[in-house]
Amino acid sequence: MDLVESYAEDLRFARRPAARVLLGLLLAALAVFPWVAAEHLVFLATLIALYSIGVIGQNLLIGYTGQISFGQAGFLAIGAFAFGHLRIWGAPFALALLGAGALAAVAGVFVGFPSLRLKGPYLSIATLGFGVAVYQVFVNWEVLSGGRSGLAIASLQPMFGLSGTRWTYYVYVLLLTGFTLAAYNIVSSFIGRAFVAIRDSDIAAEVNGVSLTRYKLLAFAISSFYTGVHGALYAQILGHIEPQIFNVLESITLFVAVIIGGVASIEGSILGAVFVTLVPKVFANFREMVPVVYGVTILLVLIFEPLGLFGRWLKTRLYFQLWPFR
Amino acid sequence: MMDRFLQYGLTGLSAGSLYALVALGLVLIYRSTRVLNFAHGDIATLATFVSYSLLSNHYSFPVAFLASLLVGGAVGIAFYFGVLVKAQREGANLLGMVILTLGLALIIQGVVVWWWGAEPVSLPFPISDTTTYRFGGVVVSQLSLATMAAGLVGSVLLYLLVQRTRLGLAMRATSENVMAAQTLGIPTRLVLGLSWGVASALGVVAGIFLAPALLLDPFFMLDPFLKGFAAAVLGGLNSLPGAVVGALILGVAESLAGAYLTIQFKNTLAFLIIIVVLLVRPEGLLGKEFKERV
Repeated sequence: MDLVESYAEDLRFARRPAARVLLGLLLAALAVFPWVAAEHLVFLATLIALYSIGVIGQNLLIGYTGQISFGQAGFLAIGAFAFGHLRIWGAPFALALLGAGALAAVAGVFVGFPSLRLKGPYLSIATLGFGVAVYQVFVNWEVLSGGRSGLAIASLQPMFGLSGTRWTYYVYVLLLTGFTLAAYNIVSSFIGRAFVAIRDSDIAAEVNGVSLTRYKLLAFAISSFYTGVHGALYAQILGHIEPQIFNVLESITLFVAVIIGGVASIEGSILGAVFVTLVPKVFANFREMVPVVYGVTILLVLIFEPLGLFGRWLKTRLYFQLWPFR
Repeated sequence: MMDRFLQYGLTGLSAGSLYALVALGLVLIYRSTRVLNFAHGDIATLATFVSYSLLSNHYSFPVAFLASLLVGGAVGIAFYFGVLVKAQREGANLLGMVILTLGLALIIQGVVVWWWGAEPVSLPFPISDTTTYRFGGVVVSQLSLATMAAGLVGSVLLYLLVQRTRLGLAMRATSENVMAAQTLGIPTRLVLGLSWGVASALGVVAGIFLAPALLLDPFFMLDPFLKGFAAAVLGGLNSLPGAVVGALILGVAESLAGAYLTIQFKNTLAFLIIIVVLLVRPEGLLGKEFKERV
């Protein structure tokens, strides 16, 4: 059905003409969306776009490299506050975004060092400790967090005569497209293969010449770069940040998104981001039920569909490809 | 000077004995099923709220306490048989099972907020923390004495259960090698289920003794749970004595750091200590070194 004959073909993004058409349609739909949908839906799509970036980053670390991190909220906070301070010092949006990502990546390398010696539960407690530590540093260190009133961030200046909501939407979706492409390329290159080898068996990977130090740290750096950018974009859209936003629950939400969307799948990460953004909106009147929905979905996903929403999508696609046969 | 040191040390021991109860539960589960139970704190929260409801309806304290233990244990056992065993049959890996406990934690959290509300309440508790006793230069409240006693009694009872009973022997055999235990006729599923029950009940004891010092809200066990988790890792996740040692060290270190260094970064310091210890000894203080075969 899907025969790959050469390496170059394996690397190609859309292999069949139909896939190319669908991809084009998807991009066109994304471009038209803000002109046909209501404003709050456009805002929601923007939220999904920024969340997707963080979830893809988390998936690169958990799904592909197999390193559990419960400290994502720490990277989010670092990204958000770095972005906030850079903006206040007058840095343009793109530069501040890059700075936020880079600073989070440096923190990621720092957190990655324990991962060279620690595994599984021991690593998860170390990263959890990092998340708690960053949270408390920001809560107690008023120079960094802007004290009780938090940091106010100037909103994005719209260009080309677009409204603020539409302009933000286009910027965020463009960024998401870029980060998604980058993630695809990382995953299908030798870096991605090294990540997967480390996940499946780090000793075997090392024996085959994968430098554990380099690739584990690289995984942490890339993942936290994504998460830092997520934090920065979140700060930009909120317009006002305080450390209380980035608590342990935020790490858990990112984790839940990866699991529900589909471990080790980039499309799945985006589906997961859609899930964790939409559920709180749908259950806006029953806020206390949101964790229950997350929890029940996790139980159902892990027992019945370990590949998450992405696995469900694969099965649906297969059904239609084979239709009317089964 | 010395008195101040002793005073803070004692406060730390009292906190540490609660961490020990949490950590023992986590280690008991980890040792037998290799699962890190992220729902440990939330099961305790649920059971403590059950206690709160019973006490508010004028049931006596022992009744409420026993009911909580039963509810906590029952949730643990039900989760093991209802979800984990099923997931194992479907071929879930270890990470999957850990994530399942995270799912349970989220569900319990939601249920507690829905049933009891998010407003903090105070648990009517028979032991007061304002009545104090003086030993030399050190002042101890009735509550922290009771807390230390609870930690001690809990640990000793667990020790007797694991080392001196047939059930304990079966538990040790199962955690050593499930296959071999099954071959020798030990009902491993039942033993593992009971381990989950006992472990959850230990967490509930910690929750009930913590509630009077803190206010009772749906998230009050999060911090003690993280500390217990950290203590278990510090002592070595497969060692029961390690859990107690790790918890006492963590409690005292935290209290002394708060007294002499900085009160704001008390928790941060506690985690930093653990990360440093783990970097030097990745298997924890009393844990067995794990060797991996390819």
